[in-house]
Amino acid sequence: MHFGGEMGRNIDKAFIQSRMLNTSKGPAVHSLRAQADRKKYHIEMKHTLENQENLYIKQAEIINIEVEDSKVKSVETNIGAIYGVKCVILATGTYLKGKIFIGEVSYESGPDGVFPAKKLSECLKKLDIDIVRFKTGTPARVNKNSIDFSKMEIQNGDEEIEMFSFENDADAKDIEQVPCYLTYTNQKTHDIIRKNLHRSPLYGGEIEGTGPRYCPSIEDKVVRFSDKERHQIFIEPMGNNTEEMYVQGMSSSLPEDVQIEMYRSIEGLEHVEFTRPAYAIEYDCIDPSQLKLSLELKSISGMFFAGQINGTSGYEEAAAQGIIAGINAGLKLQNKKPLIMDRSEAYIGVLIDDIVTKGTNEPYRMMTSRAEYRLLLRQDNADLRLTEKGYEVGLISQERYNKFLEKKEQISNEISRMKSTVIKPSDAINEMLVKRETSPIETGIKLAELIKRTEISYEDLKAFDKDRVELPKNVIKEVEIELKYEGYIKMQEAQVERFKKLEDKMLSENIIYADMKGLSLEARQKLDKFKPSSVGQASRISGVSPADISVILIWLEQNRRSR
Amino acid sequence: MLNLGEFTKRAFLNGRIDLSQAEAIIDIINSKTEKEAKTSIKQLNGEISKRLSEIRKKVMEILVDIEASIDYPEYDIEEVTNSKALETLEELEKEIGELEKTFDNGKIIRDGIKIAIIGRPNAGKSSLLNSILKEERAIVTDIEGTTRDTIEEFIQIDGIPVKIIDTAGIRNTNNKVEQIGINKSIKTTESADLIIAIIDASKELEEEDRQILELAKQKKSIILLNKIDRSIVITKDEIKDKVGDKPIIEISALNKIGIEELYKEISNIYNLGEIEIDDTLTITNERHKQAIICMKEHLKQSKIAIYEKMPIDVVTINITNILEEIGKITGEGVSEDIINEIFKKFCLGK
Repeated sequence: MHFGGEMGRNIDKAFIQSRMLNTSKGPAVHSLRAQADRKKYHIEMKHTLENQENLYIKQAEIINIEVEDSKVKSVETNIGAIYGVKCVILATGTYLKGKIFIGEVSYESGPDGVFPAKKLSECLKKLDIDIVRFKTGTPARVNKNSIDFSKMEIQNGDEEIEMFSFENDADAKDIEQVPCYLTYTNQKTHDIIRKNLHRSPLYGGEIEGTGPRYCPSIEDKVVRFSDKERHQIFIEPMGNNTEEMYVQGMSSSLPEDVQIEMYRSIEGLEHVEFTRPAYAIEYDCIDPSQLKLSLELKSISGMFFAGQINGTSGYEEAAAQGIIAGINAGLKLQNKKPLIMDRSEAYIGVLIDDIVTKGTNEPYRMMTSRAEYRLLLRQDNADLRLTEKGYEVGLISQERYNKFLEKKEQISNEISRMKSTVIKPSDAINEMLVKRETSPIETGIKLAELIKRTEISYEDLKAFDKDRVELPKNVIKEVEIELKYEGYIKMQEAQVERFKKLEDKMLSENIIYADMKGLSLEARQKLDKFKPSSVGQASRISGVSPADISVILIWLEQNRRSR
Repeated sequence: MLNLGEFTKRAFLNGRIDLSQAEAIIDIINSKTEKEAKTSIKQLNGEISKRLSEIRKKVMEILVDIEASIDYPEYDIEEVTNSKALETLEELEKEIGELEKTFDNGKIIRDGIKIAIIGRPNAGKSSLLNSILKEERAIVTDIEGTTRDTIEEFIQIDGIPVKIIDTAGIRNTNNKVEQIGINKSIKTTESADLIIAIIDASKELEEEDRQILELAKQKKSIILLNKIDRSIVITKDEIKDKVGDKPIIEISALNKIGIEELYKEISNIYNLGEIEIDDTLTITNERHKQAIICMKEHLKQSKIAIYEKMPIDVVTINITNILEEIGKITGEGVSEDIINEIFKKFCLGK
């Protein structure tokens, strides 16, 4: 039987390069990025799912969803099979009425030549679900043997690898990594693009979908940043068993002949051979403000949505919603309360609250500046933040949970030990401190105070810390971060405390805001449309002012008293 | 009748005016004097918003550079060093400090100066008020303890609203109604900006007079020796011994002698002639002041974080808080704006 954590486990099996980004900055923004062998990840994950007990995998195009009494009843495949269901999760990616554009040519298709889902959109419209059309792009895939890497900068993976799964021990792994390469566009590239802009469906008006700003096509970049002399291009391997490489930064909807000309103007790509050209893809998605925080549709019980169909970008954003929609569909079948993470608990919480509360008019991309409590949402403490939740919904094995409790205890014990252990001044320690370019000590000082100095690491104090016991690396890391940034962490925790006050004030779906005296007209309409689940969520709806929130709070209080 | 503020609220909600403009309109509705109306109009024109948006722009600029480099570490974005951040923070500190200074003047313009007139029964408090108001508002009689409740009036001195409160005479009494009035008087002096203590100079000082002078001594005050139209038994020097270097003016409230001198003294104490509304912008709103105090605090904390050599993404926690505070005045959001600016400024993404 499998438990949760498969995404981490499978990327650990399938990565071909791993880098921790942002290490020059604080721990809150350290960011682990793995380059996957795409085929291998696919195969490993599929295999994992096939072995899951009680899970039956069928491959078919769903063309209709039957709804009765505002509840999902059954789904129908294109060859006429009907499955009775209590819950459905729609995760259509860029396949829903997908349409590919390459220059003057366009055709209905999913990404990379896979079938699109053509009919489901009509069914969703019939169910009164608001549909919007978004657009994204993919660069050309090229043959590695046609690239001159000597003209490019090499980017190797980290020597010391950090694994995605907290269960995998990094030290035990000895993985061969493959490099990526960096090159740049130039004036010639830009000239070719400008000369051929009229052949782009983006500028000709054929594409109606809204494209993301964070994922612009190369022609977008050249038009919008016309004074920029060059743009970065990353050449990334697609996997170990292929010579195909992905030219990140060069997505385009220009015709293939123009693409070849512009790619070949780039240093190192002079003789590049395409295996597949770049394309733009347009697809249907829903307005995510029709969803609850559980990712279930407000109007139809049992219908869940996850990923790009909710107007987000793919990859991390999609994965984050997939796990939540899956958990909540499962909990619904068991008649249990949904799992909802708030903005202070996880980026997942920020993401879902953002799209559900505010909607989005372009594919939504998660960025760290969207999180108010970034210092608390670190990648190093993901297990400390979320294992408990995973355990509650049955995704964590008892064995793993016990290990987690042990780690938690080790961390808190070591922190209290360091807070109570005083270290006396001595020549030896002062010599070390001076060497680390920080001031020597004259009186006794607590270990916790010393480690707060940015110049001093946990390891530096080893020789002067007689009572220290050997602790695992990840425990030491937590202790160090929590002590070093203690003041700032406490500050954010206090902010969270204030934030929770409004989050914990729940609002029933049955409240009719149109009848609430004192609310502005706009607030009444928005609140009746969104039906926020808490006062906190209501306060983030655009058009709901602080004055309106006061009205709601007063109403809640009156209601409480009259009961 | 529709609530006057309702239109303003709607205009704000529809995005036609920002929060500080909306509040300025409310101030105009409530404005009491010319000078105040002028500041309100100025704020309405968006003076505060303009100044704040300059500050906001500066904060945003540095934040956008930092955030872009955090979310796109693999792109060639110039890293913001701590010393560069510090430079910007120091500029901001100066600008926010200037904005804050305008508040004290602003408060005077908006709320005016609250003056309490205190004195023993029949010392001439009500006559003084009448002289000031040039109309018989308070009841003036010869019977001690006529003014049982307090009377409040607004006048203008150099265009500044002055709220004058005539209190019941301070006297030890057994009369219950009067006792309440006296307690209230003592309370009023506590909340007053300025005390005018009035002494009947034609009679010897009594215990109550001493209490009054003691009250006056502890606060910003002006001592009036009243009834100089009669034969005087108390001198300026005698009072000076008791209250120190408080201004002492001889008047006759009944005959309106010395009233102009009193005005001049009030104007002197508050430099009212020097509050020039037309040149500088002024913060008059208490909520704005609070936001600005918070901004200063977050600035200070950002600098401390830099001195503690915290990584730049930790420093930004406090820098972002500055934006939040500005948003409390202008009603602008933060996170979405940062993201918009990032994509405006940098060419990022695959």
